[in-house]
Amino acid sequence: MNGMAQPDNASYYATYTTVLTVILVGVAFAAAAFGANRLLRPTRPTREKLLTYESGVDPVGEGWAQTHVRYYVFAYLYVVFAVDAIYLFPWATVFAAPGFGWVTLVEMFVFLGFIAVGLLYAWRKGVLTWT
Amino acid sequence: MTAAVMPLAAGELAAFGKDPWWIILIKAVAITVFLLVFTIFNVWFERRVVARMQHRVGPNVHGKFGLLQSLADGIKLSLKETIKPKGVDTILYVLAPIISAAMAFVAFSVIPLGPEVSIFGHRTPLQLTDLPVGVLFVLAAASLGIYGIVLGGWSSGSTYPLLGGLRSSAQMISYEVAMGLALVAVFLYSGSMSTSEIVGAQAGGSAVDIFGVTLQLPSWYGVVLLPSFLIYMIAMVGETNRAPFDLPEAEGELVAGFMTEYSSMKYLLFFLAEYVNMVTVSALATTMFLGGWRAPWPISLWAGANEGWWPLLWFLGKVLVFLFVFIWLRGTLPRMRYDQFMRLGWKILIPVALVWTVFVATARATLSAGYQRQFFFGIGAVVIVVLLLSFVYDAVAARREKAEEVEREEADQVEFDPFAGGYPVPPMPGQKVPGLEPAAVAVAAASAGAGSADSSGGAGAEGAGQQADSGEERGRG
Repeated sequence: MNGMAQPDNASYYATYTTVLTVILVGVAFAAAAFGANRLLRPTRPTREKLLTYESGVDPVGEGWAQTHVRYYVFAYLYVVFAVDAIYLFPWATVFAAPGFGWVTLVEMFVFLGFIAVGLLYAWRKGVLTWT
Repeated sequence: MTAAVMPLAAGELAAFGKDPWWIILIKAVAITVFLLVFTIFNVWFERRVVARMQHRVGPNVHGKFGLLQSLADGIKLSLKETIKPKGVDTILYVLAPIISAAMAFVAFSVIPLGPEVSIFGHRTPLQLTDLPVGVLFVLAAASLGIYGIVLGGWSSGSTYPLLGGLRSSAQMISYEVAMGLALVAVFLYSGSMSTSEIVGAQAGGSAVDIFGVTLQLPSWYGVVLLPSFLIYMIAMVGETNRAPFDLPEAEGELVAGFMTEYSSMKYLLFFLAEYVNMVTVSALATTMFLGGWRAPWPISLWAGANEGWWPLLWFLGKVLVFLFVFIWLRGTLPRMRYDQFMRLGWKILIPVALVWTVFVATARATLSAGYQRQFFFGIGAVVIVVLLLSFVYDAVAARREKAEEVEREEADQVEFDPFAGGYPVPPMPGQKVPGLEPAAVAVAAASAGAGSADSSGGAGAEGAGQQADSGEERGRG
């Protein structure tokens, strides 16, 4: 387990395996909680209890209703900006390093300009306005 | 390009990835337990502080100062019957709270809590692990946490959870964009995405030369990059679904949002995830903007302030300040409407963050290339242009307003007929019902005239009489 002797890549991935431990501990905690809950809780289901909540009246039809398509547009916009961030973050860490000149800066501004035009387009189309 | 950068990052993170397995396990369990205990404390803290703000006492019975109240609530909740409604999608229904809770814990694994300390004779940093892309990892974990919410909402097979889940996910992804953009400026300054290096970069301030005067910049990015800090602060409240942005749980509209059909332990896990997320975004804010575990100014004069276990205390103190702000917001601000909220995110925060990023990048590049004078002249020029444009805009807006005013007055000339559509409708703003004086005016005139002048009192009574008459007329009509 000494990272000095290992090649760089191995210790690099080792840091991610460590993250996996926390996920496992978290899942183990949830599983233990569910297990304890199962042992300790009462279970007395009745027909009324098993209905979904509709503010006091019996639910009619299925709960999987159609929803406004607007959420879908926001998901798209999010993807645009998430990908934007993926390019922006590494650029931000290296742009001041020697070897990256003004071209690096201007290139990113052009890229951000394109992103901004996308946002502006959505804005003008009225997608961002909630009616 | 990446090959040239990677060894550098790997070298600086050499302290990580060398722990034996038992240290990793201790740290992982310690983080989980810490977050659980902190959540219990946090619930109590919130209830006490909100109570104080509302002139109440808050929980004060169980334990000293009521400290055990939230623990008791947690135990009680986990002993409750689990009701799983008919028609839910069982697998996702069970999986959703687990995803939420596990992802909330994960984000904390790259937060630096302190410098190197000795655990059972083993020197190790007070941080589970660090990645060259540490902050990106935190954002990714937060994104995965949204799956828990949207799946929980969908799998319940009920209307309110579905709407709440959709709202919540739209809200969180919107504010995550603003959050990510706010953090770019920090990366521009620190030149790293690793959390421990960002803390290290805030250790000492840098000097800047403005027109021959050397200024010592403060070391915290929260001061240097104040706009980023403010955008992050707003985004983190939106990201955690807290008041005034707690729309997914707006009980007047959506009952309990995506948690409506959850009960007992599953509900507890969602609840836990929400509070852990609060701690996580606060910890990230501390790390990115407030110097992380490094001691704040008066304490930092003490030489031993940044060594051993002490930094854990400074870190917790800073996180507690953020948590207090969360509670303060809840105690102060009413809930926003959903359209206002989305407008704030997409039309204000994101454009401002984009412009600010461009500005910071330009500033960094020009200042580090030694073009101070040009840079400040450039800023001056931009400010003047913006001012001029705003004057032009104001003039145009004023002219347009005047034109609209004229139009409205012309519209007022036409007499308003409440019965034009066949049934009575109230007048639109600006329109006046002929012969009708607003009741408030009539009453005010009557009360004003009651003391001294008879004439004005008479006029008021007359007005009221007229009003009654016209009402009668319309009733007959």
